[in-house]
Amino acid sequence: MIETRKPKLELLSTEFIERIIDEGLTLLERHGVLVENAEAVSLFAGAGAVVDGASGLVRIGRKLVLDSLATTPSVITLYDRTGSRAYTVGGDEVHFDPGSAAVTLLDHATQEERKASTADLVAFIKLVETLEHLHFQSTGLIAYDVPAPVADCFRLYAGLCLSGKPFVTGTFRVEGFRPMKDLLAAVRGGESELRSKPLAIFDACPSPPLKWSHLTSQSLIDAARAGIPSELISMGMTGATSLTTIAGTLVQHVAENLSGLVICQLAGPGAPVIFGGSPSSFDMRKGTTPMGAIETMMIDAAYAQIGKHLKLPTHAYMALSDAKVNDPQAGFETALGAVLAALAGVNVVSGPGMLDFESSQSLEKLVIDDGICAMVYRLLDGIAQRDDPVALGAFEGFTPGMSFLTHPHTRRWYRTEHIPAGLVDRDPYEAWVAAGRTSIVDKAHLDVARRLAAYATPPLAAEVRKDLDRIMAAYARSSGVDVLPSTEF
Amino acid sequence: MTKNEIYPKMNEAIVAGDRGAARALAEDAVRSGLDLLEVVEQGYVPGIQKVGELWERGEYFLPELISSAEAMKAAMAVLDPALNRQNLGARIGGKVVIGTIEGDIHDIGKNLVASMLQAGGFEVFDLGADVKLERFIDKAEEVGAGMICLSALLTTTMMNQRRFIALLRDRGLRDKYKVLVGGAPANRKWAEEIGADGYAENAVAAVKLAKSFAGRP
Repeated sequence: MIETRKPKLELLSTEFIERIIDEGLTLLERHGVLVENAEAVSLFAGAGAVVDGASGLVRIGRKLVLDSLATTPSVITLYDRTGSRAYTVGGDEVHFDPGSAAVTLLDHATQEERKASTADLVAFIKLVETLEHLHFQSTGLIAYDVPAPVADCFRLYAGLCLSGKPFVTGTFRVEGFRPMKDLLAAVRGGESELRSKPLAIFDACPSPPLKWSHLTSQSLIDAARAGIPSELISMGMTGATSLTTIAGTLVQHVAENLSGLVICQLAGPGAPVIFGGSPSSFDMRKGTTPMGAIETMMIDAAYAQIGKHLKLPTHAYMALSDAKVNDPQAGFETALGAVLAALAGVNVVSGPGMLDFESSQSLEKLVIDDGICAMVYRLLDGIAQRDDPVALGAFEGFTPGMSFLTHPHTRRWYRTEHIPAGLVDRDPYEAWVAAGRTSIVDKAHLDVARRLAAYATPPLAAEVRKDLDRIMAAYARSSGVDVLPSTEF
Repeated sequence: MTKNEIYPKMNEAIVAGDRGAARALAEDAVRSGLDLLEVVEQGYVPGIQKVGELWERGEYFLPELISSAEAMKAAMAVLDPALNRQNLGARIGGKVVIGTIEGDIHDIGKNLVASMLQAGGFEVFDLGADVKLERFIDKAEEVGAGMICLSALLTTTMMNQRRFIALLRDRGLRDKYKVLVGGAPANRKWAEEIGADGYAENAVAAVKLAKSFAGRP
């Protein structure tokens, strides 16, 4: 049998990749990066980086970066809540998770964005639990009725109570890390168990150009010490906070991400790190950051290629749209991004469900996008040689007028070779009219309700749930928060 | 250089967004003892007006727009002190207090508006982002501004624009200031609903609106 080729997109030549990395390293060596965290600065100083007291810039020699790369694992294995299902984050494996930390939800009834409540967050987590092509959850919605000091932790708490999938999450304040780690360790049954079977990825975003804030540096340090994977989210905006050229932005991307990677390795050698990002092609008319722009996706696919060259797991914010409702733009930007991300072999693709420059989520879109992801996985499976010979065997006894519909070969292969249509419309015109001219959005809305009704909480041991409740309550108390939204979920 | 030689060059420097040339020409004008109010009105202002037109026609984008605003600022940084020495104010547009409202840290759009207002001849007091409602009023009272511009990117923080108008009313100052609102979620209807004086969808439109309030062309 001929080996199936895995389709692959590579936008950069090896020569170009090496040039970009080299300039990124030179940038760190010559100009440095601003680190606003005393502990991180002292880690750098201890490792021989040059810290400029006046400017706060840390100049990082390339040997330190290369040494740090050498101790960073090239593959991370995440495990679901039961610890039995493993997900490889590395190589060309592709996992989708909902675009995270939306501040609004698109309300299907009114077609308006509105603030999301805890009830919305719960529905969101439950829905994602039922979507088989979204391998990971993300703490995707910020609920307005959760007091701000505990907002980061509460999302993960609700998620762990309701879902068995691994999580992509992150802290909003330094104090949030500890209880979030405790929640994860409680599920695993201890910190060393969590270290050997990571359950969540923590996002940390440098501030372009070339700055790591106090909060994000601390998140890198804390996660590295706990063995929790950090996802580095460099996010230059072309022509605004990074160079306007795609290649120029890539140089800065490399420098920002690699300086974060060094922080992780200094805090905990061998710490898992993902080379990710959320850069964008800055819109020079509106002053906005379109995630659906083709140039944004080109930057993403290219830095993912660079990440692979550096033998690192990769991430990108792709498969999302800047449309405000589930219109054609929402569909084509999401699908284009999902396909390109998959072909580029991005390991963690954060995007499904997301609209409006990463600020809004839609339950209907999540369902539609799950269907896009299904198509993408089919594409990635490639074209296989199922039979040998390829076709001649099935043509034995050929007669004109022979029907393939009833041929045993069809029954043997059609479910493997072709995926179901899902919500996509494939009705003949008359049938479509007779069925009420329903759009995919209407069908998705019904599907959301059906899925939420069918949702069953994946079993969680009563004592674990009690631990989660206790950790959440203690954190709320220590943060001066008296009342939390109902946790009867 | 005579007026007829230097005014077109000033115009060009602004349209081209050439900070160095804009500044040098202004210095030249001061040295030559030209009528500086006329220099502003006939040398520089037509340039920034042309830039506004180019933006509206879709020929200019943010990099050109902001570069021109910066060039205008560079020229005015030379001309303002000289005019002040002559007791002549070129900032005929008046004083404007601007900021991104409480709870909101997004300031790209607000910065654009501030730059263009400044380039358009207004004296701008930019309070930055996440500005407490009271601070807008305190600053406006302190400097004697005529206009207050409120920016908000989020639908949640947009509500503070409404609260601001109420606060102004409570303090008995509503009629003292023109209040302009802007930002991604705002629109004309919203401005009317909350009782603001105006809404602008982008920086160029904001300058036009501000000028109309100031009774200028």
